[in-house]
Amino acid sequence: MTLAVSTSVEPETQIDQVIVKASDINVFYGDKQALYTVSLHVPQNKVTALIGPSGCGKTTFLKCINRMNDLIDICRVEGEILVGDQDIYAPAVDVVALRAHIGMVFQKPNPFPKSIFDNVAYGLRIHNIATSKTELADRVESSLRSAALWEEVKDRLDQPGTSLSGGQQQRLCIARAIAIQPKIILMDEPASALDPIATAKIEELIDDLRQNYTIIIVTHSMQQAARVSQYTAFFHMGELVEHGKTKSIFTAPNDERTQNYITGRIG
Amino acid sequence: MTTHQRLSLTRTIPLRARVYETLVHLLLLTSSLVAVGVTIGIVFSLAFEAFEFFKRVPVEDFLFGLEWSPQTAIREDQVGAQGSFGAVPLITGTLLISAIAMIVATPLGLASAVYLSEYAGPRTRAVVKPVLEILAGIPTVVYGFFAALVIAPFIRMAGTSAGLEVASESALAAGLAMGIMIVPLISSLSDDVINAVPQALRDASYGLGATQSETIRKVILPAAISGIAGSLLLAASTAIGETMIVVMAAGLAANLSANPLEAVTTITVQIVSLLTGDQEFDSAKTLSAFALGLLLFFVTLALNVAAQRIVKHYREQYD
Amino acid sequence: MTDTFTKRTPHLARRHAREIRFQWLGKIAISIAVGFLLIMVGTISWMGAGALKQTQISLQVYLDPQEIDTSAVEKADYGAMVKTALRATFPEVKKRRDTRKLYKLLSSQAAFGLQRQIKENPDLIGQTKSVWFIASDDVDMFFKANITVDTNGNAGKLDEKQVQWLATLDKSGAVRSRFNTGFFLSGDSREPELAGILSAFAGTTLTLFVCFLLSFPIGILAAVYLEEFIPENRWSDLIEVNINNLAAVPSIVFGLLGLAVFLNAFDLPRSSPLVGGMVLALMTLPTIIIASRSALRSVPPSIREAALGIGATRTQMVFHHVAPLAMSGMLTGTIIGMARALGETAPLLMIGMVAFIVDTPTSILQPATALPVQIFLWADSPERGFLEKTSAAIIVLIAFLIAMNLIAIILRNKYRQRF
Ligand SMILES: Nc1ncnc2c1ncn2[C@@H]1O[C@H](COP(=O)(O)OP(=O)(O)O)[C@@H](O)[C@H]1O
Ligand SMILES: [Mg+2]
Repeated sequence: MTLAVSTSVEPETQIDQVIVKASDINVFYGDKQALYTVSLHVPQNKVTALIGPSGCGKTTFLKCINRMNDLIDICRVEGEILVGDQDIYAPAVDVVALRAHIGMVFQKPNPFPKSIFDNVAYGLRIHNIATSKTELADRVESSLRSAALWEEVKDRLDQPGTSLSGGQQQRLCIARAIAIQPKIILMDEPASALDPIATAKIEELIDDLRQNYTIIIVTHSMQQAARVSQYTAFFHMGELVEHGKTKSIFTAPNDERTQNYITGRIG
Repeated sequence: MTTHQRLSLTRTIPLRARVYETLVHLLLLTSSLVAVGVTIGIVFSLAFEAFEFFKRVPVEDFLFGLEWSPQTAIREDQVGAQGSFGAVPLITGTLLISAIAMIVATPLGLASAVYLSEYAGPRTRAVVKPVLEILAGIPTVVYGFFAALVIAPFIRMAGTSAGLEVASESALAAGLAMGIMIVPLISSLSDDVINAVPQALRDASYGLGATQSETIRKVILPAAISGIAGSLLLAASTAIGETMIVVMAAGLAANLSANPLEAVTTITVQIVSLLTGDQEFDSAKTLSAFALGLLLFFVTLALNVAAQRIVKHYREQYD
Repeated sequence: MTDTFTKRTPHLARRHAREIRFQWLGKIAISIAVGFLLIMVGTISWMGAGALKQTQISLQVYLDPQEIDTSAVEKADYGAMVKTALRATFPEVKKRRDTRKLYKLLSSQAAFGLQRQIKENPDLIGQTKSVWFIASDDVDMFFKANITVDTNGNAGKLDEKQVQWLATLDKSGAVRSRFNTGFFLSGDSREPELAGILSAFAGTTLTLFVCFLLSFPIGILAAVYLEEFIPENRWSDLIEVNINNLAAVPSIVFGLLGLAVFLNAFDLPRSSPLVGGMVLALMTLPTIIIASRSALRSVPPSIREAALGIGATRTQMVFHHVAPLAMSGMLTGTIIGMARALGETAPLLMIGMVAFIVDTPTSILQPATALPVQIFLWADSPERGFLEKTSAAIIVLIAFLIAMNLIAIILRNKYRQRF
């Protein structure tokens, strides 16, 4: 499956494998519509940034992809989202299995009030992924290593996850998400609650994770989008205004609204 | 504002108004001190009478004595005129019945709270919550009547047909009724506690592909455990202090037993039986009721203070 | 990976099964609690329904003018007239033992009814009148089918002969069942067929009245002080903790306080609604204070600022602007507290409100009892007839409670402020 980035003006656009294919997504909260016929293709093993002014529906779109919107009673989703070649809103889909393949990291770090080890082991245990105690420990360790947290916590794995600093907590949440080896990781402004140094660490981590995971990240910081993503989608008032290679969006946006947003005139 | 201005402002308030303000202030202060006064009154009146009692019966005999038979003799000079005042059988009886009540109420109350706060739709909640409130609002004398009239004979019948010996006023009957009575207390307190668990933790769990019950069992309940413990302590304190159910459905005889099928008596039952009917005020028998009251007051107070501390701490944790 | 999201691995299936089971636990727990409530209230209503009916027996009574002195009608021996009438109905009964059994068919107080009728209508004297009498407790139970005839022909305390007489009476249409007004209009009695809840109801009303008069003003004034005047410091914390703890003190302890202080130290009248109301007021105070404080807290600061802005003093601000807005909340809290007090039994036992009260108390200083205490007393009585009285009194008590809660709900909805 291929994606030709339609809005891109650069001719040398390489062809990337598509992993998420959203078509004509409308989302309603009760009577209020939050997304209007959004169609977006997300390339595999790349970082796609969702940007746009606050309230434009970035989080809403993100939550459609792992069906977290199901948890909101008044929320209704129309349209089709294919992950791989499966329609994730098909009746036969099991959200439990779906979410095991699509991890999520939230805006505010939300470690469980459990030990650091148990936080990372949580998903492994519920999905019965590790067959033995040593395998469990190995997987916890490798997840913490991948999240660049191992060196900082290896001596205090039994301490509560909530005792870590904000940045460490967010990396713990990333470790927790990647422990069950999802294909895709959704990140909703993962650095917005963090200081610049912690933010830099997270951004570095995101760049490393790209090798193995497809990452969709919501951010309200244009610099961050520019730094970490290869693709960018710009949302405005519930519409997907344009999307394409990050470089081209930032240097030569097609739409005036995008232009205004990245130059700081809206949002 | 300068000092000068402030002074001139004060002067514009007439003297009468200031007197009035002061009087109102005093009235308000007095009213709020009534509440404190009640506590002091309770402690002093109980302590005073209990002190009189302990002049006749040593504290250690009261607290550690194994026999309770407060019958003072009819004639002063009769042998054994003193009666015995060992509170241990009353304490164990109270604990036995309260324990049965907690064993019944904890799973029922917690499961109801979990279901209502996590699963039930708004319509179910709108129906079930008021029904549980009715359960909590029914006077305990009604539970006592029902326990004595229906539950106790039923247990006895069931037990006898299973070849067990069951007292007609078994601890189990009183404990069961009391358990149902405190279900709404546990469920409403735990409901609050569970609702206080931040949504972010639920989201984290669902985001990892946990089912709802896994989220509840492995994240929400462990996160709420201290708050739940607080509500259980409050419920236990209510059970220990409950009077009418045990007066009507538990026994009068002070048996030292842990068998729920036997009849035991409780602190509150003894207070009632010592103080209803004719009484001479100065006898050890009458005074012993106040010693029991003091004991009851301190035990429930300790439980309440502990519970409130725990719950307050819990709330601060998630504020 | 065409079926990753739809494939049900065995492990996943087990997890979903566990989910279903877990939900059932909650449903079962709620069903048990609600089911218990339904069974309890249902059983009690079913048992109590009988108390609304009363069995009456009709007899032809000759109102012998020689027996009744028209100048002092009430002095006549109506008991004897009733007995004569009974013997006349069953002329075959001769033996003393049997006639005594015959008399037992009617309530021991049956003659009072006759006396009242004659007093109201002296013209009846000299006539033979058909008069309805209240049947005795055992007969009442017999006709309500609460007791059944055993193989020996006996039914409860009624023996074979009595059962036969009753059958004869019934066949001749001399037995009827009427609405039991006496249950609502008379006081307690040793005879179940005559016992009513009026005296207990009056006692409860007086007690709650005293309770309200004390706890409402003190409660809201204390709440106003704690919420609006006192600075937050160690003292206010102490008072706060104190009030919260007081709310959880076992009610019987308040009874002990009342006994030691109000009865023994102050020498106030034992068993009186005054003392009962005082004890219940102390008990309800924390509830009222807590509810009133939260009502005051829900008044938005803008109202306070506006009042102070137009030059009101703190007192004026509170009493003219804030308290009126919080009033419905404070009243609701008070009614809920009073509803709890209404069902309280234990503290009233401590201050002697367990007396046998026939007359309706009319002052807060007279000995009285209260509805829940009456329930407790009747529940303790061995007679079969008190069972339905107890149940009926419970229904009345619960109806009273529901009424109070409804008032609270209506108040809350009517004055709900949308700030
Ligand atoms: N749970 C919800 N209930 C109702 N409306 C919601 C809910 N979540 C989001 N919305 C609305 O949907 C729109 C998009 O919100 P969101 O996706 O959170 O925006 P963003 O993440 O881009 O800031 C907003 O107008 C918001 O008010
Ligand atoms: Mg957002």
